[in-house]
Amino acid sequence: MSNVWESVEPRVYESQIKVPYAWQAGETASRFLLTLKNEKKFLGKKCPKCAKVLMPPRKVCPYCFVETGDWVDVSDEGVIETFTVARRDTGIMPLKPPFVYAVIRLDGADTGLVHLLGEIEPGAVRAGMRVKAVFAEERTGKILDVEHFKPV
Amino acid sequence: MERAAIVGIGQTKAAGRFKEFNYPELVYPAVVAALEDAGITIDDIDNVITTSNDFWDGRTIASMATGDVSGCWDRNISCVEGDGAFGAFYGMCRCLSGHYGTTLVTAYSKGSESISAYITNAAFDPIYVRSLGLDMVSACALQARRYMDRHNISEEQCAVVSSKNHRNALGNPNAHLHLDLSVEDVMGSRMICDPLKLYDCSPVSDGAVAVVIANEDRARKIGGKPAWIKGVSFCMDNYLLGDRDLAEYSALEKAAKKAYAAAGISDPRKEIDVAEVYDAFSYQELMWTEGLGLCEQGGGGKLAESGATGKTGDIPVNPSGGLLASHPVIAAGLIRIAEAVRQIRGEAGDMQVDKDVRTALAHGVNGVAGQSHCVWILGKE
Repeated sequence: MSNVWESVEPRVYESQIKVPYAWQAGETASRFLLTLKNEKKFLGKKCPKCAKVLMPPRKVCPYCFVETGDWVDVSDEGVIETFTVARRDTGIMPLKPPFVYAVIRLDGADTGLVHLLGEIEPGAVRAGMRVKAVFAEERTGKILDVEHFKPV
Repeated sequence: MERAAIVGIGQTKAAGRFKEFNYPELVYPAVVAALEDAGITIDDIDNVITTSNDFWDGRTIASMATGDVSGCWDRNISCVEGDGAFGAFYGMCRCLSGHYGTTLVTAYSKGSESISAYITNAAFDPIYVRSLGLDMVSACALQARRYMDRHNISEEQCAVVSSKNHRNALGNPNAHLHLDLSVEDVMGSRMICDPLKLYDCSPVSDGAVAVVIANEDRARKIGGKPAWIKGVSFCMDNYLLGDRDLAEYSALEKAAKKAYAAAGISDPRKEIDVAEVYDAFSYQELMWTEGLGLCEQGGGGKLAESGATGKTGDIPVNPSGGLLASHPVIAAGLIRIAEAVRQIRGEAGDMQVDKDVRTALAHGVNGVAGQSHCVWILGKE
């Protein structure tokens, strides 16, 4: 290809899209998040069809396409199903790398929660380890009201 | 059922950054090449499917911006949001509906123009997940760890895939990266998200691809070397990562089973001559070869180590170099289809596998960590 840049210089238009949103969490997620904030407790919702306890709770069971039923208390302790050590700073992370993401299956739940691990050397983390939630001092009704999970 | 075929393919080279074309302009040369390849003009196109993602393009209703360069003016156009293999599925359905004899399907993205972590982070649920800062790489690393733990897959076995695909790409003139990487080079590359190292991850590329799909009547009239669609299916798994067992690939197994049934395939390892699969990460090629039934569950690592998936092996996988060498997001699945067509025609040049290709498989993925899979079986007759 001939060099098009001999006669014209490339122009780059820098921009970004900034659009505010105010997502309604809905009744189910609101109850879950407010219980995290006020009582430092995890709530799941049980599917009347498959009997799975969904945590975080959903209004509709993702497996069965039916509305979920009873609220169920779920432990603040559980098991690491899988994990990764994030080493590259992407600019949108809640912690400075290196830090650990994990999928954690809390006792009493049938689904996993993606969250952060803390108070452990990243190199020491293994699947199957037991961990417990550490709550933030100041809680605002968000998933990061749980600061991280630490080894039991 | 009435048959349909892919009668034209065209693509741009994939690159780290295209400066000569703005993103809609990038689609035009791919469309022109696909029409030329089919030996038809834009007047022979009855309808158009563009495949795009608004976040990658930085505008809403992104399809509207690429309509003109896809020849959409005064035609029926629809857009699929996601991977191009899924756009092609819709395009084929339109041909088989009886309303259209031909569909032009385009897919593209210019990953160089934004930051992939920001975009893929926005794929996660804003209430429960997004503020954790996960992106495609960290989410797939969670999947890699789970899969590798379950089946004792080693990092070296993943590195075998990366080395193979990068070396295959040396023969692909459209590839973004041309790197002669050994297993040791991959193993020695820097850790990004354990266990994923730099060369376990695909690059983010710029690129565009277009294919023309025709129903049987029009395909016969167009002539050339049609690649017949023998079977195609897709299936989706759950959205939240914690709702899935990330070591499993039941959605892929279901999609493959249906596509194989339609194509009359009972032993995929023996009956498929070449496969182009969605290897966004090296471990994914191992997982997907298992999910596609090319080996037993947990056998992906051994299959790759045995050399069977190499260009001269009995089931070559990604002779084009796959996504590990070129990953224009959105276009990647449709490129797999174009590469499968090349193999069937015997026009893949240095990528051509060393056997008569009668049946080829192409595979696309949508969503995070292989949430949704689309499997295509293409054949000579």
